[in-house]
This record gives sequence, structure tokens and C-alpha cells, in this order.
Amino acid sequence: MTDTLVDYDEVLTRYEPLIGLETHVELGTASKMFCGCSTTFGAEPNTQTCPVCLGLPGSLPVVNAVAIESTIRIGLALGCRIASWSRFARKNYFYPDIPKGFQTSQYDEPLCTAGHLDVEVDGETYRVEIERVHIEEDTGKNLHVGGATGRIHGADHSLVDYNRAGIPLVEIVTRPIPGTGAKAPEVAKAYVTELREILLALGVSEVRMEQGNLRSDVNTSLAPIGSLEWGTRTETKNVNSLRSVERSVRFEMRRQAVVLDAGQRVVQETRHFHEDTGSTSEGRSKEEATDYRYFPEPDLVPLAPDEEWIEKLRAALPELPAARRARLRDEWGISPTEMAWLVNAGAVELVSDTVAAGADPADARKWWLGELARRANDASTDLGELAVTPAQVAELIGLVSAGTINDQLARQALDGVLAGEGDPAAVVESRGLAVMGESDELVAAVDAAIEGNPDVAEKVRGGKVQAIGALVGAVMKTTRGKADAATVKRMLEERLIGS
Amino acid sequence: MSDVTATDITTTSAAALGEALRAGELSSVEVTRAYLDRIAATDETIGAYLHVDAEAAVESAEAIDAARARGEELGPLAGVPLALKDVVVTEGVPTTSGSKILEGWRPPYDATLAARLKAAGTVLLGKTNMDEFAMGSSTENSAYRVTRNPWDTDRIPGGSSGGSSAAVAAGLAPWAIGTDTGGSIRQPAAVTGLVGHKPTYGSVSRYGLIAFSSSLDQAGPMTRTVLDAALLHEAIAGHDPLDSTSIDAPVPVLAEAARRGAGGDLAGLRVGVVTELGGEGHTDGYEPGVLARVAEAVALLEGMGAEVRQVSCPAFDLALPAYYLIAPSEASSNLARFDGVRYGLRVGDDGSRDLDEVMALTREQGFGPEVKRRIILGTYALSSGYYEAYYGQAQKVRTLITRNFTTAWDDVDVLVSPTSPTVAWSIGARVDDPIAMYAADLCTLPASLAGIPAISVPCGLSEGLPVGFQIMAPALADDRCYRVAAALEAAQDAARGRALLTGIGSKENAPS
Repeated sequence: MTDTLVDYDEVLTRYEPLIGLETHVELGTASKMFCGCSTTFGAEPNTQTCPVCLGLPGSLPVVNAVAIESTIRIGLALGCRIASWSRFARKNYFYPDIPKGFQTSQYDEPLCTAGHLDVEVDGETYRVEIERVHIEEDTGKNLHVGGATGRIHGADHSLVDYNRAGIPLVEIVTRPIPGTGAKAPEVAKAYVTELREILLALGVSEVRMEQGNLRSDVNTSLAPIGSLEWGTRTETKNVNSLRSVERSVRFEMRRQAVVLDAGQRVVQETRHFHEDTGSTSEGRSKEEATDYRYFPEPDLVPLAPDEEWIEKLRAALPELPAARRARLRDEWGISPTEMAWLVNAGAVELVSDTVAAGADPADARKWWLGELARRANDASTDLGELAVTPAQVAELIGLVSAGTINDQLARQALDGVLAGEGDPAAVVESRGLAVMGESDELVAAVDAAIEGNPDVAEKVRGGKVQAIGALVGAVMKTTRGKADAATVKRMLEERLIGS
Repeated sequence: MSDVTATDITTTSAAALGEALRAGELSSVEVTRAYLDRIAATDETIGAYLHVDAEAAVESAEAIDAARARGEELGPLAGVPLALKDVVVTEGVPTTSGSKILEGWRPPYDATLAARLKAAGTVLLGKTNMDEFAMGSSTENSAYRVTRNPWDTDRIPGGSSGGSSAAVAAGLAPWAIGTDTGGSIRQPAAVTGLVGHKPTYGSVSRYGLIAFSSSLDQAGPMTRTVLDAALLHEAIAGHDPLDSTSIDAPVPVLAEAARRGAGGDLAGLRVGVVTELGGEGHTDGYEPGVLARVAEAVALLEGMGAEVRQVSCPAFDLALPAYYLIAPSEASSNLARFDGVRYGLRVGDDGSRDLDEVMALTREQGFGPEVKRRIILGTYALSSGYYEAYYGQAQKVRTLITRNFTTAWDDVDVLVSPTSPTVAWSIGARVDDPIAMYAADLCTLPASLAGIPAISVPCGLSEGLPVGFQIMAPALADDRCYRVAAALEAAQDAARGRALLTGIGSKENAPS
């Protein structure tokens, strides 16, 4: 399949892409959407269940008020209109992971509608219109035992874990996003990235993509350039990393171009994304799709959030990521491009926290994008996962600017912090990393350097001032980096030039 | 020991039993054993129960007697036995909803009303038979057994709460809980000579009632006297945080209303007789004997000072088709959970079939024909492209019916009608004609669709079989139903010189 794809740049010479995303976010509420069961991730299968989330006969749902509040806050952050009257609906279909034979969701009366989110790619802003934000419940999880693939086909038997069943799930649906052209994959990724930032800022979800807290269904279609109609879309299901969002769009564009080039029709279907190959494969065809027979959920009363409450929630929204970035850019005096680097590195909050802990913004940026980024890269981990806190980084920076240590010693101090030896000051103390003052030891080292390199000393005396670097290096070597280079230079100059 | 005989016990009202227990004239064990003995002797004929646990019942009775002996503060119902329709989920006690698909299921929890009755100290005799998933008007749709009308054992006991009606009418329980979706408390009560009340929607918790049609289901009392019904209703009513549709209002004062009503003063009460339910031009399908008894009952009310007038509710003519779209639609979704994956029956899981086949086989063999008919009907009505024409239209009719009531309440305090157009019919007579079966609910459907309270109270016999009189009141005015029903009950007792109750269980002894 992959070998027959149309080259990406070539796709764009003939076709225009249209993308759209449906993103599911598991809320971080303590209890489930319709019962009091815990939502803790990773518990023993089926230990976080009760008659309600198991859908036992006779059981009834009761709405989690915190989940409604979170949904409204997400809607407000996305500039949505909050419905004054909204209803739950039953989405009916048979599958073992939905215990009631229907999923309690929302259909034509969602809680939030008509919002938008601006995202930036390569300095250009794209407006993503949000069609709706609604609340529903998550399904259980099937585990297929035996067989090679872990998929249902070929499995010996299947088990179902209902711990996840009933966890509140917010679905955020965009309108089709036109005009992205070659940037379609990046816009898709930027949208999910920005959405994730917002959800984090709101504190409504942990948004751990590897735990499935945030999963996107990515719709992609192609139309011949200049066509008045949009093409048939495919829906790539459960894409659960930022990188995969981008890759799935790119792959689908290249695959659909093959189909269209051959004069065939793109089949409207759901597709599965494969992380390993970056490709998609066909899933269920929408043309033979289930009729979900939606109807208003009679076991729940309509939601009617009052205006006063909504306004209270609006007023209490935290500063949103875009505004925050603009403010920080101002405060730190950096360019949009520099800010973009920080965003891409996932370092905005880390730098901000480091600055808050007393560091100079320039130093904080330098450390997080430089030395620390290198360490994270070497360890194949995210910046935020490094075993050093912004407060510790600030302390390190403080030690450097106070002259207690220099950059080289600071790196050694960082080694100690990452090795769990304690805070920077403690590591400097225990490892004996402090910069030497103008001590007898340093005077001796400086004198020794001049004596040991008479030719270099002579050159300096003769006016070749830049040659002094070799002498500084020699001193640094004998002091194992503990001397302050500027001090050493000054001492050498005093002796050789006599200024 | 008391000088009350076993026969006395099983013909005494629950309220009187409660008093005798409180006074120490009877023990709960005595009362419970009297009922268990009668069940053992006659339920083979009647077929009211699906599950009786005599040992557990006696144990609970002993516990209540012991508590009383210790001088513990006990409620008015403590020690009085009762029966629950098998649609009520009971912890550790088999609960089938009359269906094979739930055979052997022992629920891990109690319905709210079961828990309340337990806390009130009542003794559970057993679970009563019913039409499968409460779909039916004769209890013939039970997957387990035929239930017979104690007044004539060749006839149906009504449905779907026919096990409860037969049990109470035959003296196999002093009272029972039924559920009513389109008339399933009132119609069986009517055809077995009992009092049956469908409360205001939302006033009794639905938590733990196996759902048939969520927007219509309500549990309520089925008893031999109006006062008993009021007492049992009070015990199960009240807000339940586990049911989102539960009304957060104080428990209504009903027994007091019944006692007041029994005084027979209805001066100033405005009674509307619904034209569309057996009135002029609408008598098709109504038995003359039924209409005659109802007319006499209206005259009795008038005799007690009520002002009677005719009230037309034109939308009621559409209640039957609307109901048979809404209820099956909700049922098709409510019954989707019975797929053999988590509990109950599983068919064909022998490794040779895939998941869809096992689910399909389970449902094919687990559900009876009437349940399948309604699932198919409801699935169709909710289908894309048909939704508006069927489910959507039916909801509009529902609104019209509610408006008919709202308009009527401007002029009258209660509306009355027959409960059922006919007396109990012969077993088997309507099984091949679903439409004839559905017509049994003609009079009870409007109150169900509007969510308002309605009571059925006996109003005499036609051809030796009981006729029920329905009294409907505005939402949350359940007390009005009890007041008027109690007045009628008292007037009839006075008119006949003895209570209807004494004849129950034997057609020959019935008053005429």
C-alpha cells in the first residue's frame, strides 16, 4: 500500500485537502458521569463498577455536576454559545463494551455550539470553527486474548473491563477546516496541540494522550483544485498522539490521491491508524453504517444551566494559552518565532515557572532550550519528565549569576541534581563545585601557567593579547574548572600587561 | 395467643394487620405463616408467584417480632407481609421481570422502593408473576406460568401486574406492589376487585424497577382497601437522589386523605366524566355492565355532594396509537442491555459462533413473542427517516393529551371513567389478537401519557366479575384520588351492607 502512495507535494498540485476533527477528552472528575464510581486509571479490571455503570437492570443514571461544569468551561474557553436548554440522547448500538446497549450522549441538543479556536502554523493563523462541544460517557474496554494481533479476529476469547465505562467524555467537533492547503497536516496537529493546552489550563483533564485521555478522529478529504464540491471524507479513528494526527492526515491525502488519480471514488468509511507504519487501513464502511436511533434520554431531565452560573464560570476562566503566550512574549521580550520554539519544545510552562522562581527570563530560556533540552533528548524523554524542577533550575541560574559557580560547574551541579543528590546548592557543596576566589591556590595556578608557557606569555607581553586564552585554559585545567575565567584573565593581564 | 383465625388473617386489611401487630394481638410470624400456608395450599391453582422463599420470610418476621419484643420503635407497617412484582430488583432474590432472559439472575442490589419497604419492617413473601417485561394486559405473556383470576380461574387476572393482583385478591398477600406503564396497576386491580393506584410520575423512585418505558413507568400499591393503598404508597414515596426524574417534594399525606374521604362528604368537589372514555358516542368496545356500574358510582359521588359534569378530551382518542409508539420505542432501547454478555441467559456460546450470533441467539431464545413485537415496533419507530413520523408525532400527541388535562383542571377537580372497558376475559381469548389486547388499556393510557395520578377502585360487579372505577387528578394531587376513592368505597360498603372484601377469593360468595 505504502509504495503506491502519491508524493505529498504532487498531491498538492492537483488536489485541495479539507480536514475536520472530532476529539474526545476524558474529564478528570473524581467520579464517573452517571454514578459515584472512581475514575482512577490503571485499577484492577472491573473493580471500579456499580449497578449503574454496569447497566444492570433497573439502574438509573444521575448526572455528575462537575462534568457539566467542565464541559461548559471548555465551551466558554472555545468561545461557544452555551445552550440554555440541552438534553441527553441515547445512541443505540450493540457492542459488549457498552453495558446498556446504548451510549448516553448528546445528539441535536448539545451543551455548547458555535465556537472557534485560532491556531498558528509557521507564522500564519488558521481559524478552526468549533461546531459543538457535548458531554457523553466513555465505553468499557475490550481485551482480546490469544491470537497475534490483539484484535478481535483470531482471538481465542475476549474480556471486557468496565472500569472506563461511564467516565465523562467531552466530544469537541470542528466544522470542516478549509484553506489549509499544504499545511493541512500541521494545522490538524496544531489544533489538537492548542486544544490540549487549553484543557490543561482549564484543569479539566490530565490530557495524557498515552492513557487515552484525549483521542481524535481525523476526517480528511481531497477535492480537485478549483472544484466547487468537497470530496468524500474518511474518518481515521482514535488517533492518540500529536505526531500521529499529522501523519494520519498526510497519509490519507497521499492515499486518497491514488484513488482519485485512478478515477475511482473514495469510500466514506472509518479507518484505523497504525503507529508503526504511519498508515491507515479500512475499518467499518459508513455506507453500511448502523442507524443509531438517537432519541432523548428519558431517564435524565434536561440540562438548563442558568445565565448567572454561566457568567460566573466565564468570569472565573483562567488566562488561556494564547493570551498567556502573548503576555509572556511581551514580558520576556522575545519574538513570536522564539515563542514558537518554546511551545514546540513544550517549555512555556517550565520557563514561566523558572522565571517565577526568580530566574532571569533569558537565562531560563537558555537553560530549558539548551542544556536541559539536550539532556531530555539524550534520555529520549520530554522536558517535563526530567528529574529537575523549575525551582531547581532557577536556583542553578542564581548560583551562576552570583558567581558561586560558572557554566561548566553548573552543568556538573545539574548532573548531581538529576542523579537525585539534592538541590543545586547542596550539590555544589557536596561535590565541592564552588568557584575559587583570588586565593593563594589560584595565584599559584596563574603563576604556574605563566611559568609553564613562557612562549605564550611572551606573545601576550608583546601585544598579542588574544593569546591569553591559552593561559586561561591552562589555569582552568589545573583548577578543574573551578576558577572563574574572568578573574583568571584579569589576574593574567595584571601580571603580563600590567594594566 | 390471639383468637384470630388463619382465614381472618388472610382476609384482614393490611392496615388492620398492622394495628393488631402493634397491639401485640398477632405476631409477624403468625401472620406470615398464615399467608405462606395459604400460598402453599392455593398458589398451584392461582399461579400468582414466581418465587416464594418461606424460610427467608419467616426469618424476617421473627426478626421483627424480636425487635418489637425488645421494645424497639417500629413503623406502622412493621411485620406486615407483602408481595413485590418481579420487575422490582431485590438483592439476592431472583428477579426475572417475567422473562427467560433473566432466569437465575440474583441482583446485587435493592430497588429504592424495596429498600424502603425493608426498612419499614415489611416481610417479603415473594415475587409475583407478570407479563414479560411488563408488556401485556393479561399476564399471559409471562415466560413462566399462567396466572388465574381468583374470581373465576378460567379468566385472566389482568396485567401486567397480574401476579400481584391475583395474590392480593386470592388472599395470598395482604397487599402488593405493582408497576404501571399504561395501566398495569389499575387494569389488573379493576378486574380482580382491588384498589390500585398509579402515582404521579416521579413521585415514586424508579431506581431498581426493570425499565419498560422510562418516561411512563411508575410503581404503586395494589390493595384491598383505599386506606391500605394510601399507607403502602406513603411508604414507597419520596425523593430519591438515585432517580433523576424523581420529584423533590415532600411525601404526600395520603392515608389522612383516605380517612377523610371515608367520611363521605364530597360537597363542592367538581367531578368530570370523560366523554371519550365510554361516554356518549364512545361506547364501542365497552361492556354495558361496566358502563352501568360506572354510572352508578358517579351517582354515588353526586349523592355525596359532588358536582358532576361531562368533560370532553378529544386527544384521548389518539392515546392508544401514541402509547404504542412511545412505549415500544423506549423499550427497544431499554431492553438492548439483555445481550447475554454480563448476566442472565447466554445462548450458543460454544466457540463456533461470533459475538453478533451469540447476542442474536440469546435474544431470539430469551425474549417472548410480545417482547419481540414491541422491540421491532420501537426500533422501526426510532429509525432514521421514520423518527419524526412516528416517535416525533407520538410525542406531539402526548403534549395534546396533557393539554386536554390541563384545560379540564380549570373546570373540575378530578376526572373519572371506567378503568377497563370490560371485565376479566377468558384465558386465551385475546392472545392471537394484539390489538384487542392493547384495547384493554384504552382508559388508563391518558393518565400514563400525562404523568398524572390515577386510581382504580372497585365499583361493583358485572356478570359476577369486578368492575373498576378510575379517578384521575392533577399531578401531585394523588391525595385527591385517595379521598374520592375512599368516599366511593365507603358509600358502596354502606349501600351493600358489607365490604366487597369479604367475598374475595370465591365467586359464589361475591356480593351481587
